[in-house]
Amino acid sequence: MLKKITFAAVGLALAATAVFAESPHDGAIAARKAHMVLYGHNLGILGGMAQGKIDYSADAASAAAANLAALTKMSQGSYWPPGSDAESVKGTRALGALWQNFPDVIAKSGDMVAAAGAMEAAAGGGLDSLRGGMRALGGACNACHKAYRQPE
Amino acid sequence: MKRLLAVLALLGAVGAIVFWIVTAPETTDAKALAGIVADVEQGAAVFVAGGCASCHAAADAKDGARLELVGGRAFPSDFGTFYAPNISPHPSAGIGGWSALDLVNAMRHGTSPDGAHYFPAFPYTTYQNATLGDIVSLHAYLQTLPAVDTPSKPHDVGFPFNIRRSLGGWKLLFLRPGWVMQDAATPQLERGRYLVEALGHCGECHTPRNLLGAVQTGRWMAGAPNPSGSGKIPNITRTKLDWSGPDLLYYFTTGFTPEFDTAGGHMGDVIENLSQMPEADLNAIVAYIQALPAAQ
Repeated sequence: MLKKITFAAVGLALAATAVFAESPHDGAIAARKAHMVLYGHNLGILGGMAQGKIDYSADAASAAAANLAALTKMSQGSYWPPGSDAESVKGTRALGALWQNFPDVIAKSGDMVAAAGAMEAAAGGGLDSLRGGMRALGGACNACHKAYRQPE
Repeated sequence: MKRLLAVLALLGAVGAIVFWIVTAPETTDAKALAGIVADVEQGAAVFVAGGCASCHAAADAKDGARLELVGGRAFPSDFGTFYAPNISPHPSAGIGGWSALDLVNAMRHGTSPDGAHYFPAFPYTTYQNATLGDIVSLHAYLQTLPAVDTPSKPHDVGFPFNIRRSLGGWKLLFLRPGWVMQDAATPQLERGRYLVEALGHCGECHTPRNLLGAVQTGRWMAGAPNPSGSGKIPNITRTKLDWSGPDLLYYFTTGFTPEFDTAGGHMGDVIENLSQMPEADLNAIVAYIQALPAAQ
């Protein structure tokens, strides 16, 4: 009897695991979200200074901009496996269109690299110089989110 | 029996006539435009504040291409898919042949030059509050933009919504000029209200709609399902939005949220317009948003 109950319990547990199984893309989705968090953190330092919420420091601004520039250059190929779009799996707002317009995605990410490179050059050159770079960065982020991310 | 039939026939005929009269497209009298002088520069500002390019330029258009108003962008809805038309000044493919009065009738009454009703996917429900001076100036500005010969795509709307005349009934029920925010106490708030409720048409996406597709003004800016796809358009009243004034202004100019995420989807287009507007106007919109009553 006990054996039967154990079997049943194990069976139920397995079934439950199958139902709530993580999608094979959860790791990739977590990785790209983490990448976005790192963008956000460094942008927050630059934007905070631009808005006057944080005191301007050329060193801190340059460091954040350098991080940002490095992040834009990292290979993200493994973060975006086909089938990890919002229509196919939970936990992401990435639209399937992203995978259907790869050349455009690459072009937009090139714009992001350029905007982050410009900020890397500008951030240490004073507050006005830093402020001037924020709009281009916002535009580069926005371009991809506009085309390939669904609203919340 | 014969008499009853005659009475019924008469009632039917009267009903049809009443329907025909009440659903007739309205227009503005040409005399109303007397003395109004077009100002192209003002028209350019109206173009940006009204967000014309967000729908009438190609979806991926950038910078100069945003001034080529080719149309073609699709707007899926519960009633069918609407396609933004070509409104470039091309004489046949666009609206190059339109008079300023034609544009006034389109924007204030949702009536086409040949006297048909427009579907309210074109937000004349908002533009009806625009001043004649702004519309006449916008008309002059549109004429300066590049003419493009891309033909407009017909809407893909099924029966019964494809009966344009029935939109007269819709307008009778839902097209009410006037402000949602009744009390705009300061000139800044008044300007913000004009920018939001007459030009910017924020409420068209941020406010939920009823079963017939009319904006529920009682739940003004309370958020709504995304009209073109999955996801939600957020509630921007204090119920959900607690950004400071400087946060909002920064979002309008750079697209960055206080968490340094950015706008997405159609709001990305909106930011492209907002970031071109004068700061005083953006501050007026901020004041308006902060004055919105909490809505659920």
